Amino acid sequence: MTLAEMQFVLPDLRPAAAELFVLAMSCLILIVDLFVKDPRRTAVFALTILTLLGAAFVTWAGASGEVVYTFSNMYVHDFMADVLKLLLYLTVIVVLFYARAYLLARPLLGRSEFYTLTLFATLGMMVMISAGHFLTIYLGIELLSLSLYAMVALDRDSPTAAEAAMKYLVLGALASGLLLYGMSMVYGAVGSLEIAEVAERLQAGQANHTILVFGLVFLVAGIAFKLGVVPFHMWIPDVYHGAPTAVTLFLGTAPKLAAFAIVIRMLANGLIVLSHDWQMMLILLAVLSIGIGNIAAIAQHNMKRMLAYSAIAHMGFLLLALASGVVGGDARYALNAYSSAMFYIVVYVLSSAGTFGMILLLSRAGFEADNIDDYKGLNRRNPWFAAMLMMLMFSMAGIPFFVGFFAKFAVLQAVVAAGYLWLAIVAVLLSVVGAFYYLRIVKLMYFDAPADASPIHAPLEVKLLISLNGLAVAVLGLFPDILMWFCLLAVRLSLTILG
Amino acid sequence: MLTLSHYLILAALVFAIGIVGIFLNRKNLIVLLMSIELMLLAVNTNFVAFSRFMNDVDGQVFVFFILVVAAAEAAIGLAILVVLFRNLKTIHVDDLDQLKG
Repeated sequence: MTLAEMQFVLPDLRPAAAELFVLAMSCLILIVDLFVKDPRRTAVFALTILTLLGAAFVTWAGASGEVVYTFSNMYVHDFMADVLKLLLYLTVIVVLFYARAYLLARPLLGRSEFYTLTLFATLGMMVMISAGHFLTIYLGIELLSLSLYAMVALDRDSPTAAEAAMKYLVLGALASGLLLYGMSMVYGAVGSLEIAEVAERLQAGQANHTILVFGLVFLVAGIAFKLGVVPFHMWIPDVYHGAPTAVTLFLGTAPKLAAFAIVIRMLANGLIVLSHDWQMMLILLAVLSIGIGNIAAIAQHNMKRMLAYSAIAHMGFLLLALASGVVGGDARYALNAYSSAMFYIVVYVLSSAGTFGMILLLSRAGFEADNIDDYKGLNRRNPWFAAMLMMLMFSMAGIPFFVGFFAKFAVLQAVVAAGYLWLAIVAVLLSVVGAFYYLRIVKLMYFDAPADASPIHAPLEVKLLISLNGLAVAVLGLFPDILMWFCLLAVRLSLTILG
Repeated sequence: MLTLSHYLILAALVFAIGIVGIFLNRKNLIVLLMSIELMLLAVNTNFVAFSRFMNDVDGQVFVFFILVVAAAEAAIGLAILVVLFRNLKTIHVDDLDQLKG
């Protein structure tokens, strides 16, 4: 629009009530913290949990199947956003409970910064999930990333944490730069930054194709950096390894949900006309990620580093599903493909939260439990948690009939339906390679002698939550339809190409 | 007469200098932060040029947000740099080698 057309209209704030609530509460918690004398910061922790529960209530109460735009189409409220936000709150609450004991055992981490930064990062993710404009996508990503950079560096006496934070900052900023350059090119080619408007103008064919594809390459590279797929994955192992485990748990779970949302909003809703171009790029990235992620994970001796490479491989699977939505201009398979991608990401977040939670459960003051050898003989120390970790590993490896198997199965089904049989075969073969390092953990737990046989101490609620998390992987494996149904509904009600 | 492509070529050059600065620089971390700044400024040039030549104000509004976020990013970057220097007593890129594998 030109300057003369601009006028201020008070936006409808109701669709964004949950974001406003989290923002207000985050600022309130910052102030309340000044008056809290308790070194354990129980009040701040409780307020953070209450904020997330409150936001969940607001989102739940405002949920409807309709697509509502507000803030001059910068903000979208739809069913997919509601589902992803509810899952986001749940993930963050679980993360905070898992992290609490770890934080309290470490003097530099046990203060309120972790909780407030988590809330601001959550707000950033909420904005990403509901973004309807390139500006809101960018601002959401930056609010999330800036909070995460600070969280990684929170343990300021640790040289590895500082190094990880620096690498994360530089590569994260590089990714933002690439993404922005892509956005500026798309803006130049199409003449709008609103995602819905971009899609409309592209349908009408009013765009300079050369500039558009040039910008698209940068957009996909920026997204690939943020998701952490090969060849833009270098930061993932270093950051996962160097960051305090509680922070690794957070940055390895919740942001994946938001990243999925922006890929759907930007590529599937905005640039679907160019699907042939970006699907080719995603396939290339996906094959490289599944291959390099799974093979490099075998060589790792650090549990967090191994899980980092496993994350890279899992993101490759996500891209496989996203790349098989449109075949030769026919969007018949899009619903199936994108909902299997959503199913995959939800299942991945569930199992990776449980696995990192297990590392936190085994750690104590002065002991990080992040070496693979620390898991030797876990079965003799505590058979119940060994069984939980075994189920999580089986699910991550995709062994039937845990939920991870159905996630991989749904993705492969979408890939085959789109006509990429060779791609499905390659993915399956590389996953078999990947199963090795998950099963190695199971072997260490059950067939090796423990190095230290001390029992596991943890608060009751953490033990309960980890058990629920492990059991969820098994129970959802028996009833995957429920979750799949939600994903199908969310994608169907929110994807514009499905009409 | 300056046309749109002049601005785009300038922005592309500055952006490329920024990226090359990140990947080739083996000496000082502050140069890395400067390279990041260069990349963002190149993007700003792009946005303003497109905005001017398409007579659409959205791009210029975007630039304000990028500038603000870049300032916040620089603040956090320098804070992390201070933490790093306290721990390692150096800010050489080559000395960031404890995490690998």
